[in-house]
Amino acid sequence: MSPSLINFVYIVASILFVLGIKMLGSAKTARKGNLISSVGMLMAVVVTLLYKGLDFKYIVVGLIIGGAIGLVAAKRVKMTAMPEMVALFNGFGGLASLLVGWAEYEKIRGQGFLEYFTRQDAPVIFTSTVIVLAVLIGGITFTGSIQAWGKLSGKLGSRAVIIPAQRLINGAIVGGIVLLSLLFIFSGNLELSSGTQLAIFLGVVLLSLALGVLGVLPIGGGDMPVVIALLNSFSGLAAAAAGFVILNNVLIVAGCLVGCSGLILTIIMCKAMNRSLTNVLFSGFGSSTQKTGA
Amino acid sequence: MDIIQLLFIFVLAAFLGYELIKKVPSQLHTPLMSGSNAISGITIVGAILALHTDTGYFALILGFLALILATINVVGGYVVTDRMLAMFKNKESKK
Repeated sequence: MSPSLINFVYIVASILFVLGIKMLGSAKTARKGNLISSVGMLMAVVVTLLYKGLDFKYIVVGLIIGGAIGLVAAKRVKMTAMPEMVALFNGFGGLASLLVGWAEYEKIRGQGFLEYFTRQDAPVIFTSTVIVLAVLIGGITFTGSIQAWGKLSGKLGSRAVIIPAQRLINGAIVGGIVLLSLLFIFSGNLELSSGTQLAIFLGVVLLSLALGVLGVLPIGGGDMPVVIALLNSFSGLAAAAAGFVILNNVLIVAGCLVGCSGLILTIIMCKAMNRSLTNVLFSGFGSSTQKTGA
Repeated sequence: MDIIQLLFIFVLAAFLGYELIKKVPSQLHTPLMSGSNAISGITIVGAILALHTDTGYFALILGFLALILATINVVGGYVVTDRMLAMFKNKESKK
């Protein structure tokens, strides 16, 4: 099948996602909306299989394993445990985007920049920027969601935890991520060796995983749904970033739709609690160390 | 595809996402979150494309793991959302 025909089917899938999200917003149509969006997903997956040069044995095995785990987990989960299940699924999505970004980086390393970019119609700086974004956002989504899952299921204790100098540590991590990301993006210009570049890349991976853990640590109790909504938005943005790495329009459209609608939903949920998003994220509300009468 | 074109559709999709969600009744917040979480599993397409026959061994492992995780996200996400919404309908009809 020609790439333009595949892209055409991607457009149809995108339309189904838009319709699906719209219908999910109203009680009467919500279930049908979810079905329509799942049809869009099925179309996107099936048509992707028509690309040339794919390794089918791994694809079939991966789809079967993942599909079976997802189906059993979703069918067996108790009604009351559904929010934490969503958080866990969301974390897997984030990690998947991280791994897609990493796999593309490995391809670049394996084939060499020149070979890779003769096939890819994008400047090197653009691709390295979106690889960093996919890994960074995906990493935060993964560990943040796992933490949210642990808190909601009571496995990690549901309270907000404040560790000493938390803001200082988080600030240092963010600073480290910015620095390493810039080094990675401009590593071509700086003529860094491939080994140095890989070390910088792994540094970004580790720091973003750490930021996900530390970012969700001081949030607890009734604020968790807001955090999950925000992390859901992040997993969409991570997918969109992965879409920019491989220049694929359906990833960008669907990822951005989720990213943006998730962010709006997060803000609506905060407003419903009469709080601001920054208040939810940074106040340490309901933490064990918070003084009473404050 | 041209990067500028892709950035263009990214911006348009952002506005569309905003417009779609502006008014949603609060009892639908959780199913909506869950349903859009399933859509964010679209990275499954990226994972499939990562499994190229000429990919190196390590990239293949990364892509394979990504595919399993994304498929869990997609299948589990849609099924859980459907269960949530089915429960919702039962409640309504009982009233």
